[in-house]
Amino acid sequence: MIYQDSKTLLEVRGLCATVNGVEILKGIDLTVRSGEVHAIMGPNGSGKSTFAKVLAGHAAYEVTGGEVAFEGKSLFELKPEERARAGVFLAFQYPIEIPGVANSQFLRLAYNTMQAQRGRDELDPLEFDDFVREKMKLLEMNPDFLDRSVNEGFSGGEKKRNEILQMALLEPRLALLDETDSGLDIDALRVVAGGVNQLANKDTAVLLVTHYQRLLNYIVPDYVHVMESGRIVKTGDKALALELESRGYDWVSVEHRAAAGAAA
Amino acid sequence: MSAVLQNLVNQPYKHGFVTDIESDVAPKGLNEDTIRLISTKKNEPQWLLEFRLKAYQQWLKMDEPKWPNVKYPKIDFQAISYYSAPKSKKKLASMDEVDPELLRTFEKLGVPMNERAKLAGVAVDVIFDSVSVVTTYKAKLAEVGIIFGSISEAVHEHPELVKQYLGTVVPVGDNYYAALNSAVFTDGSFCFIPKGVKCPMDLSTYFRINTEASGQFERTLIIAEEGASVSYLEGCTAPKFDTNQLHAAVVELVALDNADIKYSTVQNWYAGDGNGIGGIYNFVTKRGLAKGVNSRISWTQVETGSAITWKYPSCILRGDNSVGEFYSVAVTNNHQQADTGTKMIHLGKNTRSTIVSKGISAGRSNNSYRGLVRIAPTAAGARNYSQCDSMLIGDQSAANTFPYIQVNNNSAKVEHEASTSKIGEEQLFYFAQRGIGAEAAVSMIINGFCKDVFQQLPMEFAVEATKLLGFKLEGSVG
Repeated sequence: MIYQDSKTLLEVRGLCATVNGVEILKGIDLTVRSGEVHAIMGPNGSGKSTFAKVLAGHAAYEVTGGEVAFEGKSLFELKPEERARAGVFLAFQYPIEIPGVANSQFLRLAYNTMQAQRGRDELDPLEFDDFVREKMKLLEMNPDFLDRSVNEGFSGGEKKRNEILQMALLEPRLALLDETDSGLDIDALRVVAGGVNQLANKDTAVLLVTHYQRLLNYIVPDYVHVMESGRIVKTGDKALALELESRGYDWVSVEHRAAAGAAA
Repeated sequence: MSAVLQNLVNQPYKHGFVTDIESDVAPKGLNEDTIRLISTKKNEPQWLLEFRLKAYQQWLKMDEPKWPNVKYPKIDFQAISYYSAPKSKKKLASMDEVDPELLRTFEKLGVPMNERAKLAGVAVDVIFDSVSVVTTYKAKLAEVGIIFGSISEAVHEHPELVKQYLGTVVPVGDNYYAALNSAVFTDGSFCFIPKGVKCPMDLSTYFRINTEASGQFERTLIIAEEGASVSYLEGCTAPKFDTNQLHAAVVELVALDNADIKYSTVQNWYAGDGNGIGGIYNFVTKRGLAKGVNSRISWTQVETGSAITWKYPSCILRGDNSVGEFYSVAVTNNHQQADTGTKMIHLGKNTRSTIVSKGISAGRSNNSYRGLVRIAPTAAGARNYSQCDSMLIGDQSAANTFPYIQVNNNSAKVEHEASTSKIGEEQLFYFAQRGIGAEAAVSMIINGFCKDVFQQLPMEFAVEATKLLGFKLEGSVG
């Protein structure tokens, strides 16, 4: 939701990034204020997921230009774990399996790390167990998940729920959701969207990376951005998402090129 | 390998100091005179000298084993001193007479030589180079009939027991290094638990190599009579030298009817530097004979040190219904090489064995599991379960599994499972994205991986082992 007295949470200016020497992001500009929900859409290979991973600090991507400020501080001066502790959360498109590490242990370590960061009390295993079970109920997750290894043998939908559970536990300021809707059936989608909506309030912001309009029926965006070839080429409101669904992406591309041509 | 992982796995060795103490060191070289010298220094009976000479004669006819998956230059056995002992004026009557320099050394290593010390629940036999310097709780253990002390003492005080069992599990000519050990062993621990006695505390030996050009050849013999049980712990460290020291030990365990021996090792010999210079050659023969019915021999090892480890703690399951267990974590880093595993020889009926091996390879190291499960024709109803998991850290290390399975009885059931996994950048990024730094992440992954083995360790040792892996694979060294 757009609030009158909101603060700027994320300020991206001219962001360029490469992977293995290939330029993927070619100058992204974006401002996200607290309370807002932004959706980033665009065809395959347009750089949507790369954008999310660069913000989180993935080592495979090299930032070659531009600036990103999170709550006024340069994000690039922070290591990935420091960004997370500052409140940047990435729900992964393909959450990795960590054999041998119990989900409950992992969740508690992550939770307590964040609690310590915020000067709050850490929870012992028993207290945490009660706490996490309540959160899991909201996401309609089977408590068995706690005893299994992190993401190991989870179905696609289970992995995504586990991501949203982590988001619910860590209460980020800025949640980046990388194609969280992909591979979800309609019931799972509803549950996951419910989890995201619970988090959204006037102090937080959500950046959804998605292919499809479908998710936006459940999580209503304030802004919809279309990415193409590493840039944001069009910004609108939720109506834009509906238009993209009916007309595809080509017209945006044509319009953008025409505008660029006119400017030149 | 990324810088993060690189830094994590390259931690300094904490036990690499040398104790400045006057030692009585035998001249380098090995021949019959060397053996006679050792025997004379230890004032040994004739039968033991003959045992040594017989072993030496066999050793001369043997060749170094070539089959382990390790590489090292040929060892010059004439360049090694076979006896090194801290000089002491007289026989020690109590702890207070131990050389203060030695006390400080073991204090620094965290070994409780003082019975009033913090970890006072464990009796310790402390071996420094070639000799046992002190054994704690001897008197208290003697009250329940347990004999615990150095094997040299046992040779004099309980010759009938030593003579009865020495070399019965690992014969003098068993293999190249066992033969060498049988010829030149200098000291080690001896432990006898009489019929029906459950040892009231954990027994422990701490081995320390201090002299650069000496080898350590210790011999441990543990006997549990009918219905007896004991939990035995072993720890080892050595100073940093640019040369390699040879450690060729033999451990023999004998369990009679319904007896139970649990043997745990945390091995942290100096592993050499980042370029593979120096470190201990750890060529060890450990074997337990589950001689009686319903007896049990259980080996648990956490192997983190040594330039080269060549070690297969084994069980001969002779008694019907006897049980053999092997739980192992072997960690290699830099240029370390390990070829380790076990042998489970099923002879008796309904014998059961379990093998759980966890290999972790980092740096440019090479880590091999080698294991034999043999079911003899007599072993009707025998069962074995083996699980061999390997974890790779970075992309320049190697892990191998060499399982040998020989089944000669149709009623036997043998299962083998194996897996290989890798700590990768993506896993560490996932942890980082949840606010968890690389150190804590690696520690959590490794501990999860080793959980099944650590659960088998006595509590103090489990804590120690977790810390040790921490020193080796994390950045938490102060």
